[in-house]
Amino acid sequence: MGDKVIEISHLDYSYPDGTRALSDITLDVREGESMGLIGSNGAGKSTLLLHLNGILQGNHCVRVLGMPVTKEHLSFIRSRVGMVFQDPDHQLFMPTVFDDVSFGPVNMGMKKEEVNSSVREALAEVDVLPLAGRSSHHLSVGEKRRVSIATVLSMKPDIIVLDEPSSNLDPRHRRELIDLLNRLRMTKIIATHDLPLVWETCDRVALMEGGRLCAVGETRAILSDEALMETHGLQMPYVRMERGKSK
Amino acid sequence: MHHAFVDRYSEMDSPIHRLDPRIKLVGFGLLIVSVILMNVVSFRVFGLLAGLFGVLVVSSQVPLSFILKRSLVIVPFSVMIAAFLPFMKEGTPIWNVDLSVISLKVTEEGIRLFTNIVAKSFFSVISVILLTSTTRFPDLLKALEALKCPQVMILIFSFMYRYVFVVEDEFMKMRQAKKSRSVHHSWWPEVKCLSNMIAVLFLRSYERAEAVYLAMCSRGFKGSVPYHPEFRLAFGDMVFLAVIVISLAAIRYVEYHHG
Repeated sequence: MGDKVIEISHLDYSYPDGTRALSDITLDVREGESMGLIGSNGAGKSTLLLHLNGILQGNHCVRVLGMPVTKEHLSFIRSRVGMVFQDPDHQLFMPTVFDDVSFGPVNMGMKKEEVNSSVREALAEVDVLPLAGRSSHHLSVGEKRRVSIATVLSMKPDIIVLDEPSSNLDPRHRRELIDLLNRLRMTKIIATHDLPLVWETCDRVALMEGGRLCAVGETRAILSDEALMETHGLQMPYVRMERGKSK
Repeated sequence: MHHAFVDRYSEMDSPIHRLDPRIKLVGFGLLIVSVILMNVVSFRVFGLLAGLFGVLVVSSQVPLSFILKRSLVIVPFSVMIAAFLPFMKEGTPIWNVDLSVISLKVTEEGIRLFTNIVAKSFFSVISVILLTSTTRFPDLLKALEALKCPQVMILIFSFMYRYVFVVEDEFMKMRQAKKSRSVHHSWWPEVKCLSNMIAVLFLRSYERAEAVYLAMCSRGFKGSVPYHPEFRLAFGDMVFLAVIVISLAAIRYVEYHHG
């Protein structure tokens, strides 16, 4: 495994109304690693993700690519960390797919030809090149999800952060998403409670509950620890049971 | 879910659809301004204008029924606003209505003003409908950008276009959920419920706006959205503009000398 690309040490965060959302989170993610962030609803997964590109800044205990996440580094960090939000209607806000996918590269100051080629590459990577001229509200749920991912791939990020990537997807589109995630070679952080997806795509898993990190470890070790999963309101994934049967 | 879109029929292929959006914007803008400045009183001027619009509508291949239906959104308002003019305008009376309390006089000048205003608004509305139904909305935005329209306006239009259907969907789902649970059908609770729904819709839109803003910041938004207008003028565009300018000049000439 490579260098640490994300270092979080003793991160605390409270919402403006005083509700404690994260307490004492310490977590490292290494280059090229795929890290699953699991936990029940309201565990603080999304809040933690928002710290990774400086949307929220807690007590300034996050370092990305060796840089502290502070105001002066924000534009660099945001160009290196691609954030895919859960709701595609939030991620896709421009009139056409092309405009949406080119939004990041253009903001990064790429030249016209570079923008065009990176948009085409990103759309081809997620197999939606023919949709470039369409309006986002005409797309199906599966297509929207793919385009959402393309909107950050076009920025050629080092780290890609996905919040509930498989929510609302039917089994076929979910399968395609898993294959796509496995194809992407950059560092990935995936927050979800779709545990079979974590099983298939993540090297390591961090388990959260009530704003705290409860366990961090190898995917297989954590997900097959039945007692641990049950105490934190999760279930051992079905794939695990099937594997047990086939042995 | 699918809706009737702002730019319905804009995906068709016709000589008008193929024009450069900037030229279309300028051409139809010219049409509107000159129609407003004209005095559409004589039958001849009206006929010439109708002829010009007829040619445009036919070559755009947009169904006439659709255009007329869309124009119904605006025309009744202009008729309503102009409805009192025949009675108010001073001039030669042509018709007297004697009610016991007041007597109403319809004047020739008033009738002229009335037809003038209604005809002008009708032609202007047709221009806008033709423009929007032959140009994809994103292209229209890019044309506005290329013609140096302030970016705040373009952003507002662009978010409106993107999210009006999302909000409509949300409203439809709320209504379905409400219908599934309501048993009685009296109008007062309905109205109360509707106002609650509008409030909820407003709150959700507000929250959505914040989430969208976060998504924009995550992709490097720094206060302006860069568009890449890429248009190239073709021979046909110049022909279109020339036809518009010459016909308008001709109509203006007829209006001036024979109107």
